[in-house]
Amino acid sequence: MAEVEQDIIELDGVERHFGAVRALDGVNFAVRPGECVGLVGHNGAGKSTLVHVLAGTGTPDRGRISVAGVPQSGYSVLRARTLGIRCVFQELSLSPNLTVAENTRVSHRSITGFGWRGTAAKLIVDKLDEIFPNHGIDPNDVVADLAIGKRQMVEVARAFTVTDDPLRLVILDEPTSSLDAHTAGQLLAFVRRATSNGMSCILISHLLGEILGTSDRIVVMRDGKVVATDVANAFDRDRLIATMGGGARRAAAARTESAKRAGAPLRVRARPAHGSDGAELMAHEGEIIGLAGLAGHGQTRFLLDIFAASTRRRPNIEVTAPVALVAGDRETDGIFPLWSIAENIGIRSLAQLRRGPFIAPEREARFAEEWKDRIGIRTLDLWNNVLSLSGGNQQKVLFARALGSDARIVLMDDPMRGVDIGTKLEVYELIRAEAAAGRTFLWYTTETEELDNCDHVYVFRNGRIVAKLDRNELTEEKVIQSSFAEASG
Amino acid sequence: MTALAETNRATSRGQSLARLLRTLLPALSLVLVLLGIAWLNPRAISYLGFNLMLNLAVPIALATIAQMFVITINELDLSIGPFVGFVGCVTATWLRDTPLFGVAVLLGSIGVYAMLGALIHLRRLPSIVVTLGMSFVWQGAAILLLPKPGGKAPEWLLALMGLKPPFVPFPIIAAVLIALIAHYGLMRTSYGAVLRGAGGNPVAIGRSGWSLLKIKMVMFGLAGVFGVLSGMALIGTTTSADANIGNGYTLLSIAGVILGGGEFVGGRVSPIGAVIGALTLALAASPLLTFMHIPPDWQVGANGAILIIVLAARVLISRREVRT
Repeated sequence: MAEVEQDIIELDGVERHFGAVRALDGVNFAVRPGECVGLVGHNGAGKSTLVHVLAGTGTPDRGRISVAGVPQSGYSVLRARTLGIRCVFQELSLSPNLTVAENTRVSHRSITGFGWRGTAAKLIVDKLDEIFPNHGIDPNDVVADLAIGKRQMVEVARAFTVTDDPLRLVILDEPTSSLDAHTAGQLLAFVRRATSNGMSCILISHLLGEILGTSDRIVVMRDGKVVATDVANAFDRDRLIATMGGGARRAAAARTESAKRAGAPLRVRARPAHGSDGAELMAHEGEIIGLAGLAGHGQTRFLLDIFAASTRRRPNIEVTAPVALVAGDRETDGIFPLWSIAENIGIRSLAQLRRGPFIAPEREARFAEEWKDRIGIRTLDLWNNVLSLSGGNQQKVLFARALGSDARIVLMDDPMRGVDIGTKLEVYELIRAEAAAGRTFLWYTTETEELDNCDHVYVFRNGRIVAKLDRNELTEEKVIQSSFAEASG
Repeated sequence: MTALAETNRATSRGQSLARLLRTLLPALSLVLVLLGIAWLNPRAISYLGFNLMLNLAVPIALATIAQMFVITINELDLSIGPFVGFVGCVTATWLRDTPLFGVAVLLGSIGVYAMLGALIHLRRLPSIVVTLGMSFVWQGAAILLLPKPGGKAPEWLLALMGLKPPFVPFPIIAAVLIALIAHYGLMRTSYGAVLRGAGGNPVAIGRSGWSLLKIKMVMFGLAGVFGVLSGMALIGTTTSADANIGNGYTLLSIAGVILGGGEFVGGRVSPIGAVIGALTLALAASPLLTFMHIPPDWQVGANGAILIIVLAARVLISRREVRT
């Protein structure tokens, strides 16, 4: 029974093109049994395309795919599933109108016949218990009613459920993007356990700490190529960033003390709807205010309330200037998927793009062109459909839309979720420059590092503001402490 | 953590309350209409009264279920009314005179429906356009078949629709049966979950290895099956056919699905709600308004007003379901 350690999946010289863009440009990649491979790279580096090829949802234009040493022709999702390869895609792939159990059934053909509901419910709950103890998810919950973090938990757990097909490799594409630190930790610990039992994982994450702490081996991609492969211990944060091509900018991202604006006018004064007893948020002109805390503790709701208060009076909220919102869930709340990039940028600023009752195309083009340069949107033609952009560039479009508008207050609803680090650093810089020019930012983020850019940080718990931290007293520990205070007490 | 869990539970309790209200809304509107009728004309609330008031509810309920299958997968069938009319004409002529040929035509028309699903999926055509076009095809075929109102329903069909079971009027029994069968098929079977999932997130269903083509064909095929049943039930009630007999059913069926708690997109439908919605519409359509002494000229408008009120109430309740 001495089985040769054969690669679970191997790609040899795989290429994939989208028009003129080489998304994958001759990639060699392999995953061994019992191994967790960390995959990192810029947006547009080709990670997503690689994932699609591995999962069978995208066919390469050139190159070979072998699974367990057997070259595959006509590789597809179904084939991948029967060979034991599954993928948790970044965009959630649950049907929101179905229950958790029904969604589990959808991915298991063998769950059928009388009593299928019970079978599916037990399957998913057992796995949820195993990965996320105390998850609080009922198999009869309709997915649409679950918070986004819980949906992601279901999605991940579902990928690890086994019925008749084998399970050898699970590809996790940003599996923790909507999870708070606690559940993310549970998941990563489970990945470690699973790989030590001989399963394999590919982990893609924008949180380099997760990659460094969980992977056995790290593969770095840039411009559609694999540029580095090494054991995880050989990397540290700085080397990863340098290899990805973001190294030069790291220094610029370090804290720069903003000029204190003692007498700056008040822009926002607001109290969360739940927290009449909690503290109040105050934002002055030119300030960057961070909203922190565990995911889903009322930060988004708070931003939406402030946004609503800009057009209609609301109790406990005072807003003194026009407001723009950068949505976090760009696919549903942000972009207009049928429109061009230029139209997506200009929609918040139609007043200045108008001639008479009509939109002047040349003004729209000039406006978009200006922001393309300022924010660095990577495209050949601004009149292409917005979906032709990679995720990070789509997010830049949303920033351009908000920053190009007349808004003096910009609300950001965790906008950097799943965006590559290069894009992030560019946007951070832009935000600081805009703040210095007098704009006010309210920035909800799930990434503690981003709080470094803020002047003040308000920590939310259960819809209340439970702590206010100034920049000089801000540490990750303090944020976590405030986020969890009640939990440990 | 306990505090967090408590808030979660509280919000989910609030949500399930809103959902409960939403599920109950169709039933509530039905009760309201019934109370209105009872108040205006107490004698209508009787075995005979229900038989008379609801005799058209069975075909409407069947057409509504047909429409519901199509709406489940985010499409819309604008041809169901003329299709019901066409089936009615076939039922009153060929099915009576040359039963085998009649059955073949009806089965063939179900096949056409399934093919429409395939066409819409493969060519990525908007279902509204395709079915609007088909509505003229069905209507034209019906007129060719029966240029003047006439024909006669087969005896067995008349006997079936004229059943007088003890205690509970036939239309009510039929409605309950329709609701239960559709509910079981779509909401309780394992393939039903896949069918509904295709409305909620087609990409995910495709990635799980299911054929979206097959799903669309199944759903449109089911719409055809229930459209045929609706047309037959209609002729069984009215005894003779007319090429235009089903024309109002398109709008009634859509309204019934929405009234019953369904959504146009996202695969959120309720077969039981749809049947209740159809009953409400059937009752509100004419008995209630007649009892209110609203002249027939104004009844269509009054019907629309009722629809708007009920749908507005649903929107208000749905708004409470909004999540953060």
